[in-house]
Amino acid sequence: MDTVAMHIANGIVNGPVSAVFAAFAAAALAFCVWRARADLDDRLAPMAGLVAAFIFAVQMLNFQVLPGVSGHLLGGTLAVILVGPWVGALCVSTVLIVQCLLFADGGLTAIGLNITNMALLGTAAGYLLVAALLRILPKTPAGLGVTAFAASVVSVVIASQGFVAEYWLGGTTQLSLPAIAGTMAGVHTLIGIGEGLIAATTVMTVARVRPDLVYALRRFRKVPVAEPVPVGGGAA
Amino acid sequence: MGAGHAHPLHLDRPSVVHRLPPEVKILATLLFTIVVVLTPREEFLAFAGFALLLAAVAVLARVPLGWLAKRASIELPFVLLAVALPFAGHGERIGWLGMSLSVDGLYGAWNIVAKGTLGVVASLLLAASTTMRDLILGLDRLRVPSVFTQIATFMLRYLDILAEDARRMRIARLSRGYDPRFLWQVKAFAVSVGSLFLRAYERGERVYLAMVSRGYDGRLPRPEAGGATAGQWAQSAALPAAAVAIALTAALR
Repeated sequence: MDTVAMHIANGIVNGPVSAVFAAFAAAALAFCVWRARADLDDRLAPMAGLVAAFIFAVQMLNFQVLPGVSGHLLGGTLAVILVGPWVGALCVSTVLIVQCLLFADGGLTAIGLNITNMALLGTAAGYLLVAALLRILPKTPAGLGVTAFAASVVSVVIASQGFVAEYWLGGTTQLSLPAIAGTMAGVHTLIGIGEGLIAATTVMTVARVRPDLVYALRRFRKVPVAEPVPVGGGAA
Repeated sequence: MGAGHAHPLHLDRPSVVHRLPPEVKILATLLFTIVVVLTPREEFLAFAGFALLLAAVAVLARVPLGWLAKRASIELPFVLLAVALPFAGHGERIGWLGMSLSVDGLYGAWNIVAKGTLGVVASLLLAASTTMRDLILGLDRLRVPSVFTQIATFMLRYLDILAEDARRMRIARLSRGYDPRFLWQVKAFAVSVGSLFLRAYERGERVYLAMVSRGYDGRLPRPEAGGATAGQWAQSAALPAAAVAIALTAALR
């Protein structure tokens, strides 16, 4: 997993399907920008830029899986739990675009496909699962850790199945789809487990120190931020 | 990192290609890649022509071919997929050296290797001849929504700082005897990713407040004007135009 590209290159999926997904990704990202502004208003660019840099930096850090085999984090689920689905999707897309332009990772014509899989499908699946699991599990760092692990595995596998769906729609060669789906799911389950372990420990660390920064926990905060009490009369 | 935000794939050379404004290079790369992807895979000569075009650009940009070949290895996983295709593909089969290969799979493998390699090399040439800051300036001039160019600008500015932070934490771990070999020893790593996020976010808040107190209202001042001249557009249009000419000649032949 070290120098290996995870992003779809040019010529894997045919032109029309790539164009359709590029249009879809552009529309979905426009929606994300609109919703992200609601979360961050004029803080959007500085904070989203910072989270994007964080994802990028985290992707550059390698950890040992087995002697001689190292992997790196994808960071989609991590971003979703920490900063929410809209900002998260924006950040992952920015990382993908910069990687495509500056690091030649992922084809220029496949950018819509890559964004759809990793920035939209992966984060959407991750966030839906996080939102659902946090309803059942305790809202503690441990509960959040379990949630992050499960959401990471599912989000990585679903993103990989996004590729399978795109290949089914516009693959340039006839292949048996169940075989691709199985291989992709198998490989990505392993990646997802590594991703999940790290994402879980990371969000648990953040939740212990600054629980107010964890977006996924915001809805469940019991004590709202203390309102400034007006001095003097007015209190009923 | 030095001025202009160099990045790992940037090769600082005094060349015609390096001096072209970024927006024309981005557009030329994009159009070239689209032409390559749309060319039918049976037109072998056209792909040879595209490769020659890229070689010419590489010579003009003074990018060594060996450098390109080494960096192009990023697409290896897809080459592996391509090698598997002739065996796994369907349809008509031919025998070769005692192996039964699918004709469609062979075409598919060629398609992926050819289009993938041409695309990666084109992107590498763009990356080698453009600094990060120029690239974002180019995207901005191409009317990419400013939300994205701003996020990308901040991202690139923070990136070096965060990478340095991460490096310091790694050295701190190593000097305390951290020597992981297996995935289950990953806890210290993950805890430092968590504290990296905290440090980063708190830094972001500080920087944001500093920006607000200096009059930031949600958009950055646009960089100095002065886009590409008609001559520069024409120069860079040579690449996609030549590619279209090659593709059409091959298709109409």
